[in-house]
Amino acid sequence: MSRTSKADIFAALQSDILRLQGFKPSSHIQVDAGLGPLIEAFPNATFPLGAVHEFRFEKIEDSAATNGFLSGLLSNVIAEHGTILWISATRTLFPPALKNYGLQPDRCIFIDLKNQKEVMWAMDEALKCGALSAVVGEVNEIDFTASRRLQLAVEKSQVTGFIILPEEKKINTTACVSRWKITALPSTTIDDLPGIGIPKWKVELLRIRNGKPGVWELELRKGKFEQSINPSAETLKRNTESIQQTA
Amino acid sequence: MSTYIAIWFLHLNTDWFSLRQPVLKTLPLVLRTPSHGRMVITSTNAVAESKGIRKGMVLADARAIIPDLQIIDDQADLPQKLLRRIAEWCIRFTPIVAVDLPDGLLFDASGCSHLWGGDEAYVGDIVKRLTQRGYNIRVALADTPGAAWAVARFGNDSLIIPKGKQLEAILPLPPEALRLDVENCERLHKLGFHQIQQFINLPRASLRRRFGQQVLTQLDKVLGSEVEFLDPVIPVVSYQERLPCLEPIITVTGIEIALQELLTMLCLRLQQDQKGVRTAIFKSYRVDGKIEHVEISTNRPSHHVKHLFKLFELKLSSIEPALGIELFVLEASKVEDHFSKQEKMWEDTGGLDDIRLAELLDRIASRVGMYAIHRYVPAEHYWPERSFKKANSLQEELTTSWRTDKQRPLQILRRPERIEVTAPIPDYPPMLFIYKGRIHKIVKADGPERIEQEWWLQQGQHRDYYHVEDESGHRYWLFRLGHYHDKIFQWFIHGYFS
Repeated sequence: MSRTSKADIFAALQSDILRLQGFKPSSHIQVDAGLGPLIEAFPNATFPLGAVHEFRFEKIEDSAATNGFLSGLLSNVIAEHGTILWISATRTLFPPALKNYGLQPDRCIFIDLKNQKEVMWAMDEALKCGALSAVVGEVNEIDFTASRRLQLAVEKSQVTGFIILPEEKKINTTACVSRWKITALPSTTIDDLPGIGIPKWKVELLRIRNGKPGVWELELRKGKFEQSINPSAETLKRNTESIQQTA
Repeated sequence: MSTYIAIWFLHLNTDWFSLRQPVLKTLPLVLRTPSHGRMVITSTNAVAESKGIRKGMVLADARAIIPDLQIIDDQADLPQKLLRRIAEWCIRFTPIVAVDLPDGLLFDASGCSHLWGGDEAYVGDIVKRLTQRGYNIRVALADTPGAAWAVARFGNDSLIIPKGKQLEAILPLPPEALRLDVENCERLHKLGFHQIQQFINLPRASLRRRFGQQVLTQLDKVLGSEVEFLDPVIPVVSYQERLPCLEPIITVTGIEIALQELLTMLCLRLQQDQKGVRTAIFKSYRVDGKIEHVEISTNRPSHHVKHLFKLFELKLSSIEPALGIELFVLEASKVEDHFSKQEKMWEDTGGLDDIRLAELLDRIASRVGMYAIHRYVPAEHYWPERSFKKANSLQEELTTSWRTDKQRPLQILRRPERIEVTAPIPDYPPMLFIYKGRIHKIVKADGPERIEQEWWLQQGQHRDYYHVEDESGHRYWLFRLGHYHDKIFQWFIHGYFS
């Protein structure tokens, strides 16, 4: 009996901490992020909206994978008529392809700027605007102060922000709620058919505030993310390690 | 009731030359211009005219009459320049001043004369001030611009026509007073119509048959049954607010207070008229005579003080007050209908119609420019670069749907880049490709998808696209330009799949 009450107290305390850290429980809208097994990694098993997420990529090919994963995620978490602002100084995104991930390309507004300073300014302004569903920014680097400013902006407006930036040797501490790394994996073939099958990604959740980081292999099937049927040995090993750690 | 004033400059060009060289005032002076191989007089001054020299005479004839005639070359655009300058100076009499080429000005003087204490004093002041400047003028006042024009040039006795008496005033005038073309005037004179009263009562149908519509239109304009519009030298801005300062303003805080004040006044007026600003100009008149401009524009009409202030705020730093600013003027140069919506109890998030989104884009546009903001709609083309186009507005609806039947890469190179390729059999996907010095071994591939050139838009070779995956799991979009057996084909990389 004392055991259960203790667990209850822990849960209550944890949710208190979350609230004090500026995370409002997104109570009025419960979104299904379509993340499949990954959802367990988040606090309260809900994808944190109204926060800033950070995506790192190593190579240009992986930035395409990051965009793909992000588009799939966005199509699940934003409202049906939501507007997305895509802010970038070096945009290579091909708008018509977003439709394949369930996003309406005409509901995206692209802001193409000249330099990083303008991107950060526009990002800050956009995150304060409650009319948007999500803001995606492509930047080169971000320091703690800048990320803190973005986090403060979203706490007020409840807009969800995503920053895509290249991997660096020494990564600055940021105030972002999570850090992700998406890498492309060989696609899953369907029934041994020739050609390219369903794209597969290695999704590394490197950091998540009050959650459990981990590694997953995910595929996008019918708009939802699903665990890959035959994950590679490396991922399996990392997964068991992380489970052991948390245990 | 409207009141108009016509000013006739009897010797506009020669008066100007005499102003620059006062000695010419007492001498007979003409301006000349070459025409059909001889010199023709285009303007004369009063002295020359009294000796019988008229416009249009050949210079040699005039020399025969007055041997010591002063001659200056005419400048074609002189009257226009002079009249414009005088018109701008005449803003002191009325806000609406129009240039009436070749030798006059027209004022819309409605509601102005009482400031001078009556029509006589008003006209008197105009005559006095312009005569002091050295111009020989006649000024007439009437209910219509046409009547004022006629009386100024051809009227004999009183030049101030009482209200509603323009018909009586023009009766004894010659047909030229109606601003007709030369042909019609000659024809009227030939038929014995030397005064307007001789033909004004003829049936309109016969007048139209013999002289055309022009006579009737001009008569209507003079009598006021047809409205004549003036083209003011300084267009009147209907939404304008002014804020003069007791002492010159030199601080940013001061400028901000002034702007806030002006915006509040302007937006109140706009709100009452259900209008919203599309473009607005904030002018600061400096003590040293320079004017500092700041201009903003919005995506959709707005009369939201806070929003407009934010737009201006981004640009206020470009105002240089120097010794101080003594007058602030805020003009809404472009306004559109803006109907206020009923307030909602809860805000709906998301839509493209959201006013907060429009305000955000305004702020971005005013800082980095409108060109930075893009929204795309599908276009009906297979050629990848043309499969989407820029939308004109946030509200533009889709005319066709986005295609999902063909795989398209999520990232595309601005222009395709050359790659080295090894391909085993014609039309088979390549075995490997080298891009930026790295060898990619292809494991899986889809294709080819042939996309033909749209010959009505662009000439060139077709593209055969392949969707390939290398051994590390990265996916690419490659294409071959041209047929394999042509020997001049080239391979390119065009994009990255996720």
